[in-house]
Amino acid sequence: MAELKEFLKKILSLPGLSAYEEPVREVIAEVWQPLVDEISVSRIGSLHGLKRGEGPDPRRRILLSAHMDGIGMMVTGIEDGLLRFTEIGGIDARILPGTLVTVHGRRELPAYIVQPPAWLLPDDQASGRTVDMKYLFVDTGLRAAEVADLVRIGDLISFAQSPIDLTSDWVAGHSLDNRASVAAVTACLQELQRIRHSWDVWAVASVQEEEVLGGAYTSPFEIRPDLAVAIDVTFARGPGSPAGYNTFPLGKGATIGWGPNIHPALYESFKTLADKLDMPWHDDLMPRMSGTDAMAIQVVAEGIPCMVLGIPLRYMHTAVEVVSMKDITRTGHLLAQFIAELNVDTMKNLRWDDES
Amino acid sequence: MTPKKAATSQSPKIGKAQIALLERLSNAVGVSGAEGEVRKIVMAEIKDLADDIKVDALGNVLAIKHARTEPALKVMLAAHMDEVGFMLVEGEDGLYEFETVGGIDARQLPGKPVLVGKDHLPGVIGAKPIHHTTADERRNVIPVDVLRIDVGNENGKKIHPGDRATFATRFQQIGPSLVGKALDNRLGVTTLIELLRHAPAHIELQAAFTVQEEVGLRGARVAAYALNPQLAIALDSTPAGDLPSWDGEESPRYNTKLDGGPAIYVADKGTLSDPRLIQHLLRTAETYGIPCQMRQPGGGGTDAGAIHKARAGVPVVSVSIPGRYAHTAALIARLDDWQHTLALIFHALQDLTPAILDTDRS
Repeated sequence: MAELKEFLKKILSLPGLSAYEEPVREVIAEVWQPLVDEISVSRIGSLHGLKRGEGPDPRRRILLSAHMDGIGMMVTGIEDGLLRFTEIGGIDARILPGTLVTVHGRRELPAYIVQPPAWLLPDDQASGRTVDMKYLFVDTGLRAAEVADLVRIGDLISFAQSPIDLTSDWVAGHSLDNRASVAAVTACLQELQRIRHSWDVWAVASVQEEEVLGGAYTSPFEIRPDLAVAIDVTFARGPGSPAGYNTFPLGKGATIGWGPNIHPALYESFKTLADKLDMPWHDDLMPRMSGTDAMAIQVVAEGIPCMVLGIPLRYMHTAVEVVSMKDITRTGHLLAQFIAELNVDTMKNLRWDDES
Repeated sequence: MTPKKAATSQSPKIGKAQIALLERLSNAVGVSGAEGEVRKIVMAEIKDLADDIKVDALGNVLAIKHARTEPALKVMLAAHMDEVGFMLVEGEDGLYEFETVGGIDARQLPGKPVLVGKDHLPGVIGAKPIHHTTADERRNVIPVDVLRIDVGNENGKKIHPGDRATFATRFQQIGPSLVGKALDNRLGVTTLIELLRHAPAHIELQAAFTVQEEVGLRGARVAAYALNPQLAIALDSTPAGDLPSWDGEESPRYNTKLDGGPAIYVADKGTLSDPRLIQHLLRTAETYGIPCQMRQPGGGGTDAGAIHKARAGVPVVSVSIPGRYAHTAALIARLDDWQHTLALIFHALQDLTPAILDTDRS
């Protein structure tokens, strides 16, 4: 697990904003390479790792989809050397002032997101109210002339918070949504080195989930899996978050999704397996949609039976998200054991409960 | 402006050693009332620079460098060691409610990493996920009493209500800028250490590294009483509000500007500076060709506010290094402004004589 944690911290420290995933993809590819038989990159940048099963041709295929893109920002204007910006993915402007970022200009520039003094803002942005994102700046500490040389409109801005070992098990940082799930898929691939499996396994680090689910629509079309599992983070209980059905204790097990994006028979299989493995888990009720790659995968081509696994995470979409390594390894273990159980009859047994 | 005297090589320079010291001081934690970590660095730095060093009842470091000639003017230089931050007040399971210490805008807190307690244990101030908020809710500031410092579930025994915390920012030098937490006022502290190192022989230099400035100038008040100076200069950091206005109009209000040089105070909320000292500083700047700027009169304050009312009164002025975004995770100041501030005060002390007090304050 120490090794997995180091891998996670490494990919947390790399940029990989939606549609610009290359920096993080290269490192994931390096780690997946020895764990799979074939590795490739899709037309729009998703990473595909194929680990062949031992079953007879034509083999069934399972797709594991963990999006590798992260939220961030983009330069929209330059005023006196200070940068205006907009969001990539959903960001609450309230978490931004005082945040360390990297501006990806002609070279990488360290910078801070800053809130101008009240007298430089319109009256409705006065103290006591949130300052809208459009009135915030990014300050690179460089003078205007140098900024003009180095930065263009459209340049990316990524969070630069270094990963923090909050405890021996909890890691804090940005983009744990969804690099935590990339780590879980990696743990699964590692476990599969020691396990015989009959199905082909397609591990996918998908792109553009935070904006348009780009990878989740396209990779399943290319791969045409029989089954798919989307692995994403879900809401951990914590300060400020609701304490209801849709939040889960941190470090106390992964979640198993239930709702219209999920094939009920797959839900049953995962639940039964988790119990058999004596693994803690929680129902993650998703009454309308899951907010994951599964939303797209489910409707690719003639439709694909989908499952959603969740890793509880605190402070989602901030630069200090928190996850438990135990939950990540549990998720990887559950995936590997599920794959180990797949056989020639699996699809036949995937029934609706109204089927006799 | 043509300098009347060549910018002399004897003016101390900000080099690698000074920046390294600033970095250590910026990364050290010294929230008002708990300045020990900063004090320790200061004590180690000045032990061979002063003739007499003591720590007083509040924790101020008072260091005297005696004059080598008579008659000597007694000049107090004050720089506060404390910084704004947090105190943990209540909590369990690694989640702590906290109060702010000093003027901190609650809007600077969500999503920030912090350091907690003497061991600098890592923590984070999180925020509710955007997915669970409404657009209306996001218009409202998250109040401090709703926020928690989250240190995880293992360090509970090492952390207690009463512990202090600060932003976890690490100092960086970026291009022309110095970027870090607590540069208000570790810039002043580092400057004062350099001035002590280069103290003029004809002045009784009283260096006061003060405490509790951010919560009411308490250290400066007792330091000025104890030192009983004939005049005083407060060295601090002041906001540079020289950002573009939202509507693109040039703002007449900016307080100070980056790259404008040291900011001389005429008036703030607590002090009307002594005109004789202002004139002396302006003359010095002109003589040596050192850029400087007048801070726009207005609110705010420095240790000078307490010093000038000590005993029967002390002529005072404040000189600050301009910095953007004070009291947030990261202040941005310019190396050039710092260098010019050090040069201005150095030369002002060199050229200072008891004659400055011969005329009455106008």
